[in-house]
Amino acid sequence: MRNFDYAVAGKVADAFAADGTDVMAIAGGGGGELLNWFRLGIASPSRIVDLGRLKGLDGIAENGDRLSIGALATLNEVGVHPLVAQHAAVLGQACLAAASAQIRNRATIGGNLLQKTRCEYFRAEAPLPWGCNKRAPGTGCAAREGLNERHAIFGWTDACVAVQPSDPVVALAALDAQMELDGPQGRRLLPVADFHLTQEQAGSGGVEAAARVETQLRPGEVIVAYHVPIRAGQRSSYVKVRERASYEYALVSAAVAVGLADGRIRQAAVALGSVAQKPWRLTAAEGQLVGQPPTREAVLPILRSALSEARPLQHNGYKVAMAAGAAARAIVEAGARA
Amino acid sequence: MQTSKKDDASSISRRGFLVLSGAAAALPASAPARTPAPPRPRRRATRFAVNGRAMVVDLEPRVTLLDFLRDRAGLTGAKKGCNEGACGTCTVLVDGQRMNSCLTLAVQCDKREVTTIEGLAEDGRLDDMQQAFIEHDAFQCGYCTLGQIVSARACIAEGHAGSEAEVREWMSGNICRCAAYPQITAAVLDVAANGGPR
Repeated sequence: MRNFDYAVAGKVADAFAADGTDVMAIAGGGGGELLNWFRLGIASPSRIVDLGRLKGLDGIAENGDRLSIGALATLNEVGVHPLVAQHAAVLGQACLAAASAQIRNRATIGGNLLQKTRCEYFRAEAPLPWGCNKRAPGTGCAAREGLNERHAIFGWTDACVAVQPSDPVVALAALDAQMELDGPQGRRLLPVADFHLTQEQAGSGGVEAAARVETQLRPGEVIVAYHVPIRAGQRSSYVKVRERASYEYALVSAAVAVGLADGRIRQAAVALGSVAQKPWRLTAAEGQLVGQPPTREAVLPILRSALSEARPLQHNGYKVAMAAGAAARAIVEAGARA
Repeated sequence: MQTSKKDDASSISRRGFLVLSGAAAALPASAPARTPAPPRPRRRATRFAVNGRAMVVDLEPRVTLLDFLRDRAGLTGAKKGCNEGACGTCTVLVDGQRMNSCLTLAVQCDKREVTTIEGLAEDGRLDDMQQAFIEHDAFQCGYCTLGQIVSARACIAEGHAGSEAEVREWMSGNICRCAAYPQITAAVLDVAANGGPR
């Protein structure tokens, strides 16, 4: 990788100069994902600002009616924390289902949402022998008609069919979490479920934007915290389907949070992972789930109906049934929690 | 297989060659140049402890902890299996926490304590995890073993070695192509439960 200047941030504002190309902020003890970008040529900044020594951005605490999680908390810290187990079990599960113990000791929950797709055409070392509109705008999308087993069934365009692979973001979306951002224009809150953009959404900014714009992060902005609403009686669960038992990205995943009354669903949130370039809330199905018992027989037809709107590619049709099944299992598991 | 502890004029290891050629590139060009010499690579002073030994080094920020350990510090126990955080053979401890040294910049270890496999044995005595791996036949080719042992030490310290299922899950960041997983798991459980075969 090319060499760069390295500076340790003394305050969050030291990262506001990061434009995401020539100057990049490295998230805390993380940087694992970024080092791979540098090695592959996905990014090659001349300067890096390390947020890893900042104090006070890794706390996990009850904050009135919210559970607040600092963006520099590591995935292991979030995954084993008792407050997370109590108020946001699905998030703890999602964090521990991600990566490996070694990576989770450094990877931060802030940085995790900024990771990029695992698409093998995208993740190749430069110069790419095939088209990739993310890596080289205008060259096309090799996955669109290529080996797209791991790619999107929602939100894609001919410009790009990648998915967002993060596990924690799916849980945060199901929990209706807010993310807190700080930047040159000040602080703001944003629903986590709105942070990532599908290619369809990004494409409103032009043909090149469809493949290149992936989030609502503004230049110089830094994720500083997540705030999860604390809901009495909420039960939640994360189901990650993959080809081996551990240390692998999902084929599909499902995060569910339900409230029950008299053994029936009173309120439900269902988010799917690895089916689109953002966590995919099944909003229509959520309404139809109200009044149903949290059993496979009751919920699966509703979920299958929601998945009928999917637009699978040549090789990823299996994701449609798999996602419905994963969501059903997550509902059953959530319902069974004390 | 040829290994050489010292590189001399007649026998030089690949690592020695790469280190020397890297050093040579930092020397000023001796021939008269028509174009200006390239600027010196930007470096940063970093001080940290490796296996209890304090070090002050002047490194380009892009040098990973793994490359520093192997090429500069002569500690080749950590392996470069994938160089992308997918295999775990580069596992070391930083301030007691296990992490992939290929995903860590050496400069990020400023003021930290790094422990490698070489730092586990004391006074020539194998530590109990090393002994357990031998007793339980927990390796075949041995390539992943050094990372497994470091990782296993931390797995127990984290409190994640309470059952076979827990060990398999929390040791999943160390891949073993020889599939010695059952024996590795048994070794970890032995040390967790009994402090090892001794």
